Amino acid sequence: MNKEEWIGRERTDPPGDIVCERGYVLHWLEATENGNPKFWDASCDIAPPSSLSVWMRPLQFVPGREDTFMPLSLHFDLKEAFDLPDGVVSANEITFHAPVRLGDRITTTQQVRDISDEKTTRVGTGRFWTIDVTHRNQDGELKGIETYEMFSYKR
Amino acid sequence: MKLSTGDTLPPLEVKILARHVVMGASSSRDWQPQHHDTHWAVERVKVKDIFLNTPNQAGWIERYLTDWTGPSGRLAKVRFKMKKSVCAGDTLRFDGTVAGVEDGFVDVDVLLTVDGEVATECRAKIAVPRDTNDDPWQRTGDDWRP
Repeated sequence: MNKEEWIGRERTDPPGDIVCERGYVLHWLEATENGNPKFWDASCDIAPPSSLSVWMRPLQFVPGREDTFMPLSLHFDLKEAFDLPDGVVSANEITFHAPVRLGDRITTTQQVRDISDEKTTRVGTGRFWTIDVTHRNQDGELKGIETYEMFSYKR
Repeated sequence: MKLSTGDTLPPLEVKILARHVVMGASSSRDWQPQHHDTHWAVERVKVKDIFLNTPNQAGWIERYLTDWTGPSGRLAKVRFKMKKSVCAGDTLRFDGTVAGVEDGFVDVDVLLTVDGEVATECRAKIAVPRDTNDDPWQRTGDDWRP
């Protein structure tokens, strides 16, 4: 597999299955025991910035849907193309733009920025790659840009 | 509050339970097995137990920072590098140091350590009020420079 064929490749996933909603915001706060009164106020209509990546993720089961797609599907495309079954995230950068609001439905576009040559680390032999993920709502409003640096490998 | 480079944030220590790891995965809708399946984590990933996922670490970092700024603090950017897994059973410690202050934004270096060893290192930018009339949550356009 030639890495040059993949660098710059872009993929847009279907919109997330769930819209941003308060119950899930509370679950997010619960998970980190975050008592920030801004978000516990029942009139607050935005989600904590760090929850950005929640809203693009698909449900694991939808009646009638035969092909469940994976979040960050481009990462899984790369794993399959290079036959690297295991993977870890080594670094993450998130730039937050307009807050995600209750009722927003998020779509992501992913793009491969870089792929390394084959390397061997303590976990196995594989490749590092960098993927940029742009999050927008149903109106095209920019919500944030994430960059994932990942190492995918086989033992 | 008056902020200066070199100011330190109060530390935070959290005993990470399996519940934290699983709830972190659930709340971020991340069903990769290393975040809920101990057998997979130990036998396949070769770590001692299930471990915190990436979005949940971002959530903990936001919580740590806004415990310090209060609710007016608005996270603008994080960049973090995970050097070692934070597993169920670990005591996770957060320390922060102000790395820069500029016109309503503060850069903070955040270190997440377990038993004195760096697990994750982070540089975060968080917006804070410039004065009593400023609300970072209302900033848009050129006024929002994450």
